[in-house]
Amino acid sequence: MEDNLIIKTEKLTKRFPMGKSEFTALKGIDLSLGTGEFAGLIGPSGSGKTTLLNIVGSLDTPSEGKVIVLDRSIGNLTAKEAARLRKEKLGFIFQNYNLLAVHTVYENVEFPLLLLHIAGTERKRMVLDALEWVGLTDKIKQKPPQLSGGECQRVAIARAMVKKPSIVLADEPTANLDAANSHNILQTMVKLNKELKTTFLFATHDEKVISYLKRKIYLLDGKLDKDETVSN
Amino acid sequence: MIRFLLKGLIRDRSRSLLPMIIVAIGVMLTVFVRGYINGIMVDMIEQTARFSTGHVKVMTRAYEENMDQVPNDLAMLEISALTGDLRQSFPDIEWVSRIKFGGLIDVPDENGETRSQGPAMGIGLDLLSDHSEESERLNLDKSLIRGSLPETSGEVLLSEDFSQKLEVDPGEVITLIGSTMNGGMAIYNFTVSGTVRFGNTGMDRGTVIADLHDVQRALDMDDAAGEIIGFFSSGFYDDEIADPVITRFEAQYHDEEDEYAPVMVRLRDQEGLSLYVDMTNFMGTIIILVFMVAMSLVLWNAGLLGGLRRYGEIGIRLAIGEEKGHVYRSMINESIIVGVAGTIIGTACGLGLSWLMQTHGLDISEFTKNATTGIMMPNIVRARITPPDFFIGFIPGVLSTLAGTMLSGIGIYKRKTAQLFKELEA
Repeated sequence: MEDNLIIKTEKLTKRFPMGKSEFTALKGIDLSLGTGEFAGLIGPSGSGKTTLLNIVGSLDTPSEGKVIVLDRSIGNLTAKEAARLRKEKLGFIFQNYNLLAVHTVYENVEFPLLLLHIAGTERKRMVLDALEWVGLTDKIKQKPPQLSGGECQRVAIARAMVKKPSIVLADEPTANLDAANSHNILQTMVKLNKELKTTFLFATHDEKVISYLKRKIYLLDGKLDKDETVSN
Repeated sequence: MIRFLLKGLIRDRSRSLLPMIIVAIGVMLTVFVRGYINGIMVDMIEQTARFSTGHVKVMTRAYEENMDQVPNDLAMLEISALTGDLRQSFPDIEWVSRIKFGGLIDVPDENGETRSQGPAMGIGLDLLSDHSEESERLNLDKSLIRGSLPETSGEVLLSEDFSQKLEVDPGEVITLIGSTMNGGMAIYNFTVSGTVRFGNTGMDRGTVIADLHDVQRALDMDDAAGEIIGFFSSGFYDDEIADPVITRFEAQYHDEEDEYAPVMVRLRDQEGLSLYVDMTNFMGTIIILVFMVAMSLVLWNAGLLGGLRRYGEIGIRLAIGEEKGHVYRSMINESIIVGVAGTIIGTACGLGLSWLMQTHGLDISEFTKNATTGIMMPNIVRARITPPDFFIGFIPGVLSTLAGTMLSGIGIYKRKTAQLFKELEA
């Protein structure tokens, strides 16, 4: 893998059983992403965006082809190795925020660090840093049901970023947000991308998100349709 | 991490409080029902043992074969010697002689004419010896309604209902008209010292309690008795104690040719008590097994619903990098915490209820007043707390909760991570 390549897929095919037949969600995708990219998988529903994101995130495995993420072949990882990759190197942001409702903002952001067995003092510093990035230091004791949608998504970003992962995978992160909150969230992610050199890969069909992307990878019916890099 | 998981467990009441309440209710019912049924069954058996069967009983073979007719003409002779032998051979068992008899009780007026009369069942037992525990065994002191216990020869107790029926009061004389051991007519006067209520409809209907020696005199049964009854020192019937005693007794006294040779029978072999003894022995196990199955189904469903509801949380934890095994183990640990806490609460509540039931009892005399079974049903049924009641609830409470969680948690392993994720997104 080239030095700055962080994600590489070769002839990636993914099939799902559908009754007695099969549905092919991804058809021979070849794709490479480098460190620090701010890229998005764009396409209508059913184009294969989320499937590709799940495979890159080691939540699923390819049916055919090769997927290399951070020098690890996703298809060959054991469940434990995949969990370790996600725990140490990947961050996830979801459309529905998916915060742990009974835990406070602080505890939600702290959770990935607990899995990494980071010591208490260091963990506290990292959590507060992450909450400061997203401007939520005044809400640390509140619980998700007490927050607005925008605030919840900022907590989700802080949770994804707190361990400073190499890659953040964001699936329709603005789908449940209004325009103002969407821009706010995206600006936060752009800032983190610049400051921490974290690679962001989105799955989206939201024009607001698309307008922020530096690289736009269009998928259609499971195939790579277009790959555009936006010049500054 | 443990603190994080505990916080989640405590704050999410549908994960902690609700299942804990379900477990506590189930365990409470298990402990209470076990104590209650145990109380009823043991009470029934022991009451029958105290009044009638003993834990083991020695009779002549001929008497044993016609025992339901109380055939005193087939009673044992020279019982002092036999009782002495039994006390020497089986010192852990208390041996007492008794005579059951039937007859007519006649109450004369001041002219000696019959004022009232009625059929009676009588028991002759040792009431007047200093060392005798028969009075305590039959709880006569606490059963006394009017008058006093017999203190001198010739005094008897009547059941209260019988005395009211005969319109006889303590201090008055009654006449027993019956049959002697030799087939002659027995007419013997007794003085009523008091009346008792046994709490047993059959006995309250018409019973006379007299001293053994008075009955021996009345029925010409000098040094004779229909039955020698043995009571185990534990106070409770146990096959494992009874069987070797009978084996040893038969080795010493068995004589196929002599119909007057003494034979020994266990409590379970008298008056159809076998089923009750078996039921008492297995009731706890049966209740626990039935309850475990029922609780497992309930908690499995609760666990399944809880698990399905938690697929979102599980999905996110897996996405963040927690291993499936760790998630599964944390669910199991949670279920153990919930199961143990629920069991402790349920056991405490169950014991509390059992204690109330043991102390105050439940009057079922309305249901038993026409009872005609050989077994003596107490009119007031009580629970009985025994040592197993303190820990028996842990079996269904913890194991069923654990089984339910383990079954529902298998979904974590069976579903692909991405599938859990789709359910999370849904």
